[in-house]
Amino acid sequence: MADNVTPRVRVPREAAAGETITIKTLISHPMESGQRKDGDGNVIPRSIINRFTCEFNGEMVIDVAFEPAISTNPFLEFEAVVPESGTFVFTWYDDDSSVYTDSKDIAVN
Amino acid sequence: MKKTLLSASAVCLAMAVPFGSVMADENADLIINGELEITVRAPAPAHMEGSGISEIMSGWVFRATETQAFEMDDFENPGMIFTEAAIDAWNTVEGEAGESCASCHGTPEDMAGVSAVYPRWNEGAGEVRTMTTQINDCRTEQMGAEAWDYDKNDMLNMQALLASVSRGMPVDVAIDGPAAETWEMGRELYYTRTGQLDLSCANCHEQNYGNLIRADHLSQGMINGFPTYRLNNARLNGVHSRFRGCVRDTRAETYSVGSPEFVALELYVASRGNGLSVEGPSVRN
Repeated sequence: MADNVTPRVRVPREAAAGETITIKTLISHPMESGQRKDGDGNVIPRSIINRFTCEFNGEMVIDVAFEPAISTNPFLEFEAVVPESGTFVFTWYDDDSSVYTDSKDIAVN
Repeated sequence: MKKTLLSASAVCLAMAVPFGSVMADENADLIINGELEITVRAPAPAHMEGSGISEIMSGWVFRATETQAFEMDDFENPGMIFTEAAIDAWNTVEGEAGESCASCHGTPEDMAGVSAVYPRWNEGAGEVRTMTTQINDCRTEQMGAEAWDYDKNDMLNMQALLASVSRGMPVDVAIDGPAAETWEMGRELYYTRTGQLDLSCANCHEQNYGNLIRADHLSQGMINGFPTYRLNNARLNGVHSRFRGCVRDTRAETYSVGSPEFVALELYVASRGNGLSVEGPSVRN
C-alpha cells in the first residue's frame, strides 16, 4: 500500500474551440519497481501505478500502461484538442487496486 | 596531410556535440511560475575579496537547460511535492505540549525570510544554529515532541517548505559578532585539503567552477538552493549530506551530518552566497 498518494493536474480553464491544449499531470507515488531488496536481502514487492487514463466527456484521450522503470512521482505531459466545453477525467490505477481520480472543467468560447 | 587535418576536426565536432547537450545556458535567468524573479548572479560579498570570484552564481546557472526548466514551474519541480507533505506536518499537533508549528507560527508564509538568515547565532543557546537544529529545538523544547533526524525526510520536507516561502529573498547570513568564531572555523575548513585526492572545497568550487570534472560541470558550490531535489537520487538532499558526498569524493573520512564542523562550514558557505536569492527546493542533477 503506497502512502501519501496525491494526484495533481494542470489544465487551462478555457480554450478556443478546436484548440490544442497542453495538459500536465503528476501523482506522488514511490513506484517501487519490485527489483530492489531491503537491508535483509528480501525483495521489496512491486508497487506501482500501472495504468493512467484521461477521458474527455466520456471519450478516451489517452490510455497509458506504466512499467516498473517509470520514475517515482510520475509526471506526464500531453496535448489534447478541445472541441467543446466539458470535463477532463484523469484516472490512475495502482497495483494495490487503489484507483485515484481527479477532474478538471474547461470552458470553450 | 590535408586528410589528417580533416579527420582531426571531425573528431572535435563529434566531441562537441555530447558536451553541448550537458552544458548549461549560463546566461539564462530564473523566473519561477512566470512571476517570481530569482537572483542567480550577484556581486561577491565583501569577505570574498581576494578569492578570485567577483560574481557569485547559483548552481542553477551551471545545470543543463532541461534541468533548469524543472525549476521554472512549481508544477514541474519535483521538490515541491515534498513541501505539501510538510504543510500537513506543520498543522499536526505533536508532543506533550499539544502544539503544532501552526500554534505559534501561524502559516508557513509567516516564516518568509527565516531561511534567508540561517545558520544564525542563538544568544540563549550560545551557539550557531542551523534551520535543522532550530526546528528540532522547537520540537523538543516547545512541543515536547521527538526531534527529527538530521537531513532525513520529515526534516528536509519542512526545510523545503520554509525555504519555498522565502524564495526570491536575498540570502543574508550574519558573519560578524558572536558568529565570527564559527564562521572562521568554517572558512578554514573550506580551504583545508582533505583525503587521498588532497582537495579542498576551494580547489573545485573556487578555482575551477565552470570546468568539467569528468562529466560534472563544477558549480561555485552555493547552498542557496537547499534543500535540493536531485535527479540523481529522486529525493530532497540536505546541505550536510551534500558536504559529506563532496568530502567522501576526496576520499577522506567525512565529518558526520550535524557535526560542529559541518555547521561551521554551512555558515561559511551560506555567507559566500549572501546576495543570491533563496531558491529551495531547487532541482539539480
